[in-house]
This record gives sequence, C-alpha cells and structure tokens, in this order.
Amino acid sequence: MPGKLKVKIVAGRHLPVMDRASDLTDAFVEVKFGNTTFKTDVYPKSLNPQWNSEWFKFEVDDEELQDEPLQITVLDHDTYSANDAIGKVYIDIDPLLYSEAATVISGWFPIYDTIHGIRGEINVVVKVDLFNDLNRFRQSSCGVKFFCTTSIPKCYRAVIIHGFVEELVVNEDPEYQWIDRIRTPRASNEARQRLISLMSGELQRKIGLKVLEMRGNAVVGYLQCFDLEGESGLVVRAIGTACTLDKLSNTSAFLPACNSPSKEMKEIPFNEDPNPNTYSSGPSTPLKNQTYSFSPSKSYSRQSSSSDTDLSLTPKTGMGSGSAGKEGGPFKTLLRQQTQSALEQREFPFFTLTTFPPGFLVHVGGVVSARSVKLLDRIHNPDEPETRDAWWAEIRQEIKSHAKALGCHAVVGYSESTSICEEVCILSASGTAAVLNPRFLQDGTMEGCLEQRIEEASPPGCGFCHIPYDELNMPFPAHLTYCYNCRKQKVPDVLFTTIDLPVEAIVVGKGCLIQARLCRLKKKAQAEANATSISNLLPFMEYEVHTQLMNKLKLRGMNALFGLRIQITVGENMLMGLASATGVYLAALPTPGGIQIAGKTPNDATYDQHISHMQKKINDTIAKNKELYEINPPELPEEIIGSPIPEPRQRSRLLRSQSESSDEVTELDLSHGKKDAFVLEIDDTDAMEDVHSLLTDVPPPSGFYSCNTEIMPGINNWTPEIQMFTAVRVSRLSTINPTNQTLNKNFNDLCENLLKSLYFKLRSMVPCCLCHVNFTVALPEDELVQIAVTAVAITYDKNQALQANKAPTEKSQQRASTDNEEQLQFPLELCSDPLSSQPFSPAKEVLEGASSHTGIPAAQRDRCNSWIELIKLKAQTIRRGSIKTTTSLEKASPLAEGYLRHRSVPSCTNSTVSVVKMTPLSFLPGAKITKYLGIINMFFIRETTSLREEGGVSGFLHAFIAEVFAMVRAHVAALGGNAVVSYIMKQCVFMENPNKNQAQCLINVSGDAVIFVRESELEMLPVQPSTAAPQPTSSAGDVTT
Amino acid sequence: MSSDLDVFVGNTTLIDEEVYRLWLDGHSVAEAVARRLRGGVLEREGTSVAVLQSDTRDHYRTFQMLERLLHAPPRLLQQLLFQIPPERQALLVQRYYAFDEALARELLGKKLSKGTKKELDEVSARTGVGIRSCRRQFDNFKRVFKAVEELRGPLAENIQQLFLLDYAAIVFFANSRFETGKRRLQFLSFADFAACAQSMMGHWSQGALGEPPDPRAPEAAEPDGDLPKSFLQDLKELKVLVADKDLLDQHKSLVCSALRGKISVYNELEANFKALSRALVNVGGKLTHARDVRDFFVDLVEKVIEPCRSDKWSPGDLRLFLTHYTAARHQALWERYMAAITACLLRMYHD
Repeated sequence: MPGKLKVKIVAGRHLPVMDRASDLTDAFVEVKFGNTTFKTDVYPKSLNPQWNSEWFKFEVDDEELQDEPLQITVLDHDTYSANDAIGKVYIDIDPLLYSEAATVISGWFPIYDTIHGIRGEINVVVKVDLFNDLNRFRQSSCGVKFFCTTSIPKCYRAVIIHGFVEELVVNEDPEYQWIDRIRTPRASNEARQRLISLMSGELQRKIGLKVLEMRGNAVVGYLQCFDLEGESGLVVRAIGTACTLDKLSNTSAFLPACNSPSKEMKEIPFNEDPNPNTYSSGPSTPLKNQTYSFSPSKSYSRQSSSSDTDLSLTPKTGMGSGSAGKEGGPFKTLLRQQTQSALEQREFPFFTLTTFPPGFLVHVGGVVSARSVKLLDRIHNPDEPETRDAWWAEIRQEIKSHAKALGCHAVVGYSESTSICEEVCILSASGTAAVLNPRFLQDGTMEGCLEQRIEEASPPGCGFCHIPYDELNMPFPAHLTYCYNCRKQKVPDVLFTTIDLPVEAIVVGKGCLIQARLCRLKKKAQAEANATSISNLLPFMEYEVHTQLMNKLKLRGMNALFGLRIQITVGENMLMGLASATGVYLAALPTPGGIQIAGKTPNDATYDQHISHMQKKINDTIAKNKELYEINPPELPEEIIGSPIPEPRQRSRLLRSQSESSDEVTELDLSHGKKDAFVLEIDDTDAMEDVHSLLTDVPPPSGFYSCNTEIMPGINNWTPEIQMFTAVRVSRLSTINPTNQTLNKNFNDLCENLLKSLYFKLRSMVPCCLCHVNFTVALPEDELVQIAVTAVAITYDKNQALQANKAPTEKSQQRASTDNEEQLQFPLELCSDPLSSQPFSPAKEVLEGASSHTGIPAAQRDRCNSWIELIKLKAQTIRRGSIKTTTSLEKASPLAEGYLRHRSVPSCTNSTVSVVKMTPLSFLPGAKITKYLGIINMFFIRETTSLREEGGVSGFLHAFIAEVFAMVRAHVAALGGNAVVSYIMKQCVFMENPNKNQAQCLINVSGDAVIFVRESELEMLPVQPSTAAPQPTSSAGDVTT
Repeated sequence: MSSDLDVFVGNTTLIDEEVYRLWLDGHSVAEAVARRLRGGVLEREGTSVAVLQSDTRDHYRTFQMLERLLHAPPRLLQQLLFQIPPERQALLVQRYYAFDEALARELLGKKLSKGTKKELDEVSARTGVGIRSCRRQFDNFKRVFKAVEELRGPLAENIQQLFLLDYAAIVFFANSRFETGKRRLQFLSFADFAACAQSMMGHWSQGALGEPPDPRAPEAAEPDGDLPKSFLQDLKELKVLVADKDLLDQHKSLVCSALRGKISVYNELEANFKALSRALVNVGGKLTHARDVRDFFVDLVEKVIEPCRSDKWSPGDLRLFLTHYTAARHQALWERYMAAITACLLRMYHD
C-alpha cells in the first residue's frame, strides 16, 4: 500500500435544473477510484450545493495511481426513479506523483457530460500521500517526469540525454463492442473516455519503466497518439526521449538513481563511411517499404518479455499490452549487433527533441522519412507475431538505415503518425539525420561540454550545416560548396530539416511559412487492391510535394526549411498531401538560383511570349519576396567559393530525375548548378497549372509573419501578448468531374482562405507573428476535407525589430531566462554603486551556486541583495506605470495572473477565475517558467442528437472546442499553474449525420502545465534564489506550498 | 466549394466591438456583413467577403453562447467556458445593458408588463430603435427589476453589483411609478430623470444614511427601491413651516435679507416667496400617498419651475435661492429633504 489518495468534495455551482417542478436540483457526488466508490450526502434543492465533504481516502498501489484516473460523478437524487447523472470530471492524478510537480490539485472543474457539454462546476481538493518506498518505484514508475516540450525544459539541465523510448497498448474500442448496441450513447462515450484515460496511464507508466531502466528520470518530447482503427481496435502509442534532468536551482534531488559511470562509451566515428550495401537497396526499389500486410493482424499484442513484470500481478480488464521487448524473437534478425559506439548501442538512436542544448547538434544530414501501407485486420490471433509493434519497428529500422546512408548516426526531430481510412492504414515516420556530440549522451559530462564546445571543430553558427557524409562517396548527387560562413567545410545548396532552427544558426532576414498542398484521386477499392493503389501513389505524391516545396522555397529566395512536416492523408477516393515548413535563408548556404521556365515548343511565338510573361512574373515575385523577408545576404567574391564537385548533369524538368525511393526524402539530392537557375519545363497543361499555382500563394498582409517553428527567425522582441487558437474547417472539395487539377486548386484555395481568415481575425494584434502554425488534414468522408489549425499569435515590438535586424547574428531564440538577463542589465549598468557596476547576471549566479554545491559567499550575497533592490525598484515603477490601465474588475485578477504561491483551500464564493495562458510553444514571451507541474493529456468525446438546435455543425464544434479549452485551463489552474506550454491538439475527429440530426466529435489534447512569472513581476523571485541557493538541499517543491 | 463547418476558437475569446454592436442592434449575419462592407473593412484589410462572413458568423456564435451568461453578469465573471480579460467582460456587460435613452424615456415609470412589451412595435417606430434591440432592452429592464425586487440594501449598490448603475433610475421609477409622460414633462430627458432618481436615492433612501440599517427598524425589511416610510412620515412635520404664519414670515425674512442685492430677481422672489415655499414643502408632504407620489415631478415643474421660468430666473438665481432657503433652517430632516429637492430642481431647470 504505497499511496493514499485523499479527495474532498467542497461545493458545486451553476448546476443545471434537474427537477422541472421546483427548478432546483438535489445533487450528490460519487467519487470513484479503481473499484472503490464514495458518496457525498445529497444537498437538497440547490443549484449551488455546499457539500463540504469529509476526506475520502483511497489506499492504493502507486501503479494503480499511475494508471487510473480519479472519476467524479455528479448526480441528481431522485426518490422514485433512478438518479440522473449531471456529468463527470476525470482528474489525472499523475502530477501529484512526483515530488517536483504539484502538491495538491484544488479548484473548480467544469462538470462535463458527453451529450450536454459543460453543466456547472464542482470544487474538488485532491492530495496524495506517497510512502517513500523507493523499491516500489521499480514496479511502477512514479517519479519519472513527463514533458511534451520538445526541448530541455526551461528550469532543468540535461545531465544525459539517453534516447528513444516507445510503447504502445492495444484494446478493443468500446464503440465497436456488442454491448454498444444496447447501451446509451452516453454510456458508450464514457466507456471510451475512461478506457483511453486508463490506457494512457498504463502507457505512461510503461514508458516510465523503460526510462528507469535506462537510468533516466524524465521523458522529454513525449508524444502520445491514438489510432482509432475502428473494428480492429484502439491503439494508444507514445514516443519520447529519455533524459536525466537536473533542476537548475537544486542539484541534490533527482540525480539519476544510479550514478555508475561505468558505461563504456567511445567516440563516435563521425566520418564513418555510410554502408553502401544497406543504402543501395533503398533507392533502387522505390516501393521497398511501402509494404502492406496481408497477414491478419491482431488486436491483442503478445505479452512482452522483460520489462512488463507487472502484468502478472494485474491482469486488467482484458487489455492487451504492447510489447516493449524488441528482443522478442521475430526482430532479433533486425537488430544490429551491439557496437561500441554510444549511439549504436541503442536500438534506435532517435530523439523526439527539436531544439537542443548548444553544442549538441554537430551536423545535420537532411530529412529522412519512411511510410508504409498496412491493412488492418479484425482477426484477433494472439499467437500471430505480426503486430503494430512490428510495423513500427520495421519503419524505424528503415529510418535508421536512411540516416546511416547520410553518414549520420542519429535522427533528431523524430515523429510518427498514422492515417487510417476504413481498413487501410498509412504509417509514417520522419526525422532529421544528424551527427550528435556524444558527450551529451554519457554520464555527467554536461558541464564539460559547455566549456569544451568552443574548441569543437565546427564553428558556431554554421557547423550544423556542414555535410556529415563523405563528399566523394555521396549517397546522392548534390551540389556542394564551401561554407559561406567559415569557408572550411562543405555545405549543400539546400537544407531540409524537421527540427527547429538551432539557436546558434546565422540567418539573413526573416523566415516564412511554406506549404505544399496536393490531392491525388484514387479509385475506390477494397483491402489489398486498395493498399496496392495507395502504395503506388505514395512515391508520386512525395515527389510532387517535394517539388512544390523546393519551388516555393526558391520563389522566396531562401535556402533552408525547418520544422518540415509532411502529412499524407488517406480517404475513400483520394489521397491528400500537406507539407508545412518554415523557410529561411541560412547565411552558411549558397544563394539560391532563380527559377527558369522552359517551354516545350520553342518555335511558337505566342507561346514564347506567354512563357516570357510568366518568367517575368516569377522573377518579380522572387524580387518582391526578397524585399518582404529582408533577404540581403552580403555579396561574396566568387573565387573564394571553388567547387571541387564535378558539375552534375543538367536538370530536366524533374527535381529528382534519378529513380530514387520516394519514401526516403533525402532532401539534398538537387543536382542543379549553384548559380544556375532552376529549370521548370512546361511540357503540358499540368505543368502550366503547377506554375500558376506557385504564384497563387499570397504573402501575409503587412504586419504579419507566420512560421511553423517555435519562433520566427529574424524576430526577437516579442511582447507578452499571445493568442492561441484553433480553427477547424470542413469543406466539400468536389466538382462534378473531379480531376487532380481542380482538386488541387480547391485544396489550395481552402488552405489559403483559412490563412487569410486567420490574418483577418487577428488583425488587432499587428505587428504579430503566427508561430507554430500546425495544419492537420483529415478526410472524414467522400469529398469532405477537414482542416484543423492550431497556432499562437504573438505580437512584437516593431521598433526594436528594426534594431535587431541590423545584427542578424544576435539570435532571436533568446528565451525567457536570457531575455530576462538582458533586461536586468540595463538598470544595473546605470547604477553608480561600485558593487553592482559590473553587469551581473542573476541566472548565472543561481546556476553557479547550484552546481558548485556551495553556498554563495557573503560578498556575493550582498551583491545579490542590491540586485534585489534594483529589481524591486524596477518592478514598482513598472507597476506604477500600469496602474492607469487597471479597471476595478481587474483588481481580483492579479492574484490569479500572478505567482500562485499563496494558494489555500479556495473559497467557494466569489472566487474570480484565474487566467490560464495556452501556447503550442515551449516558452512564454516576456515571462519565466519557474515550475513544471506535470503533463496534461486529455481526451474528450462530445455527441449530440440535436445538431440543429445547437447551432448546426459549427455551433456544435465551436462550443466543444471552447469546452475543451475550458477544461484544460481548469485542470491547469487546479494544479496551481497559470499556463500550458507545448500545447497540441493531436486529434480532432468529427463525424456528422445531418439526416439524423446527429454529430460526434473526439478531441485529444496535451501539453505541459507550468507556473510562469512575468518579468515585470520578478520582484517576487529574488526571494527564491537567495534562500534556495545557499541551501541547495531544500526541495524546490516548496515553492508552491 | 462550400465550407460546411467553419469555426475559430481562441484561448482568449476574441470580441470585435463593431460586430458586437451590430449583434446588439439586432442585425442578422447578412445585415451585419453588409454593414461591415459599407464600413470599408475590405479596402482597409484587403480581405474577401467570404472571410468577412466567416468572421461575422464566428462572432455571432460566440455572442449567442455568451448571452446566457450576460443575463447574470456575476456568472460571466465566474464561468470557465470563455476566457475574457476583465476589461472586456466589463465592456460586454456594459454594452449589453446599455440602453437607448429615447427608449428608456418612453418606458420610464411604465409597468414592465407583457402589455408594455406588446407596445414595443410602436415604441420602436417612434424612437427609431430596432425592434429586436427594443425587446432585448425591455427584457434587460425587466430582468434587472426582477432581480433587485426582492433584495435588501441600497438599490443602487445592488444593481451595481448585479448589473450597472444606470439601471437604478429605471428600477426606481418603475417601482415608484412617477408620472413622466405628461406633456408638461416632455422637455425633460431620460438623463434628467436619471440624475433626479440618483439624487433622491442618494439623499433619501435608507442606505444613504451611511450607517447600516437597524435590523429592528421596520424599513430594514423593505426593498430599497421604495423610499423609507419613516422618512416620508417625518416629512409631514415640515408642513408646519408653511402652515405656521410666524415661521413662514421668519423664514422669508431670513432668506430675503441674505439675498438682497445678490439676486437679479429679488422683487419677484419677495413677491412669490410664500407660493414657492408652500410648493416646495407640500411636495414632500404628499409623498406618503402612493397616488400623490406620481405627481412629484409634475408638481415640481408646475409649481416651481414654471413660475420661476416665467419670471426669468436664471439657473444661478435658483441655485442661490435654494441654497439660502435651505440654510435658513437647521434641522437634519430639512437638510436631507432639501438636498435632493435642490439637486432635482437645478437639474430640471432648463428649456
């Protein structure tokens, strides 16, 4: 009995009227955890009941604590008939299980019903007493921290980055069970919500176990996804990067459980020749990995061998468990023999991170991706080895070999996704092949790295652009030049990656969102025929998406793509491809050539005229874009850049003429001359359309920029105003005789209109930038296309932007902590006090104090104090300045907005709702994240049988998304947080049946709950470092108590 | 290519003030789009009609969802569904409960009944306020009236807490049923009446005394919309001022000596003093009877304002007179009574 869960039901408010006669409700609450249920008394005749219950105590295993959600049901008591359910609240208590996160969950939660939506609110207090039995932690994985953020979280330091962890669990979907025919939609929805919650908990616990096995203490870049496979089941899968993290202000806690430095790790041979054998098989057979499975698959995967020791203890609800052990028979052959290198010891040297500590990324090879078409089969045969696990293992293996072919031993910015239509499933994986600094992957060498990285061979700012592969033995033809920055190493002419722009990268001008959009008609077919036709289409789609991206990049005068995400969606009668990336001009890479159009019939005069007209338009566009994105690279004398590479053969119309595996987007194979224009040959009407469509992309209106990376290259002066939003559109693409061309145009218009609409909506925020623009495409039905966009608009200061542009090398990625330093230096320099006359960085001080394990010397503490005074002074003036704008109503909110350290049991009357910010980014501009409270991972279903009455499909979905936001905010606020970072809407499945007046929607969201402090409120902070630093042993958990 | 479904949801709810106004004015989505087009938004933002339609629909949906909450403004502050900055929330409430003065003037003192609601078509035609907006405003009046009907404590504060201060006047009038529709009173605007109501509540109501009402006192049980009975009863004592000839003469000589040479209409004042004084005192004495209460404003206009106006008193003259008229007697009750009367008269004394 390693844990005691305590729950108190305080009160409810704004409950719905359940008794029509009295216009009141007799409400009571059921509190359920595992198989134990408690009930409160009935609070009669009130819409605002005050239960003030006792503490309900559940004595449970910590394993159960990890898997199970706390389920709170509000009911209306009825003497004569069955009690009516008002709604439920599911609370994930995982954040209470690690000591550094939240200590109490307390607040108002929306009471949610899958049919009626939010119906009032309930005030709940939840606590967990964990018995500190460390041995027990081995059975469960309490204590392993999870982060959605795809970088090292702000207030932590990476001691070791261990690498890839993955897991999946499978179950039958309750929606498809026989019992669903006799139960109500509500019961079915709730069964589904509960099951997914349970499966997520289990999955997280199992991943946690793997992390502990690797001797890590955290998972960063945790991405959990659901595959709704329909009748063949429900798959919950997750990937992440195991790390050993160290809290910055607190070194003693959370060192790896075992600090044995005995692991033997050797230098990785950077210039290891790519194995030609493993590679050559790839390109020569384009469909090599678009295999599809004919063998029946099963829903219940086999039990794994080693790690899942708990399974014997808890045979739960018939749930199958995904296999962890790749050691299990069928994959032994796939496994490489253990090699010496640190990375190759790992089965998959993959990292889900997109941003890295400085010095971590040595070279970047390019994008690697793999797709595979599979047939889902409903036959459950537990002995059949073919499982979802095997499918993914296959794909990962392929990714690994592609990376190797690029001379890289690792894949960063790695992600996986699926697209399912009926029984066909496309599995996709992509990432960026890279060479990493091995020292980050070993024990306790982080500090060393920080110091030594300067002497690292590759100069900062361009090193990552240098090719990792051998130029004489290139895996594909590419045009190499000497680096425009250091002139020592070779660089490719174009670089595509899935990661964020590295902090140290030198960029010219600003970046922009680049999208490639594509539709391909497909015959309706069944099973294998269907899978075959999809497999046949995929390479062409990949190819065209790539061509579009390349053309659009050139049209903007840029030479690199970051954050590339290619999504291929399968529908009944078509495939859609949507690629999004952020284009930038990397100073290290050569200036891209223009685009040259060549006609097929050069003798026709009018045709020539037309061609030259188009050429002019293209040239004008390029010139305009260069101006718009401020791309003015310094001119370089030609002779410096000699090219030892033999000039590749002239390009034909195709970008990639060689028959290369298209599933493997090794984006470097662009064999056109450096200054040579990029030739587009117009040989048919299709090509003409393509050129036209190139020119239809309208740049954002003035004052707007957009990107799909964390931040916009070239802008670094964000103001704290942010607006996160989700927009969803469903459109009918059909024409009477749909052709690829008309579909393409419609799809393109749909995306462009959606963007236009966003710009219009957010016009009041100008100047601003849409960051992390994330498009998701689904094909819910014949001819229906659903596009969901989540992004954040951030305003920036225009005046400062101009200054920043003058020094493009000063990178924009100065995040919360460094920004903070910069600002603080200003008043310090003005100060005449000799002690503080030298610029003094508090953040560094804390770091030093923490890492040296000693208290701060007295002299330094004095300085610290004077620094505190200054901050206080500054904060006061800031506050004074802002008084004018505060209205009477605002008075209550600073408490909520601000630092939530003085939380007590909330008063049930008149409490104002605390503001919770949400952002898909890992940081908040103008603020410092002081604490991570735990992961938010929520799954909701909403259904209606009165669609028209709820305002049609738009009214229904609008309300639902607003409700999801509200529930996320409520959970974060109850954890004591005031923001969600790295927020993502992973799934939005919408189905409607207008004839029956019905609709259903499933939404899955996740993110990291955090506490942030505005820089203007920093006067509260100095108390923390000055007390915490001299006594590094004091737990950081104190902050919120 | 048609968009079947098209939504935009921000973590912070976007409120477009222009669209909100169009919605409040009762325009349909199509009308609102047409008006926005005329406003030149297309040229300014370089966008398309489709974008404008989509945007307008989004806002309308948001407002429809918000309307339920706007019916009880404190719930808007507590609700979790929409994250709206406090100043925006205040704006939403303010605009929602804002009313057209022309409409409010029409409804002042009328019973907020179904019958009155049926007459809104005419009112709409007369005032030029859209019928949908009229109905919404009428419902607002009624909602506020109902909500504070049963509440104790200062009326204005109650309304302020639940809704907005402006409503105090309407509720006060609807409660006391003052006559405001007579031809004689047409020159008075809604703002005049609102100011009068505020002074009357401010000086006369129970809550105005600055001390918490004694729970044992009978008026503690009364809603604040009614003027306290004991106070009105006490006002009867003031009648002695005009009934007793000595007192009246004494009062006159005090006021006249103070004003001699300072006021341009001294002769007229001397001649009319007794009539004016009688009118001023009797207005208060009649307040105990509900039927006479109705005539409060009619009496003030007929017996004070109109005579002064015909004698060409300037507002300054009236102010001086009332100041000294009040100051000539030292009695808490008298001062409390005259404070509101003075404020009302000065506000009403215009063309």
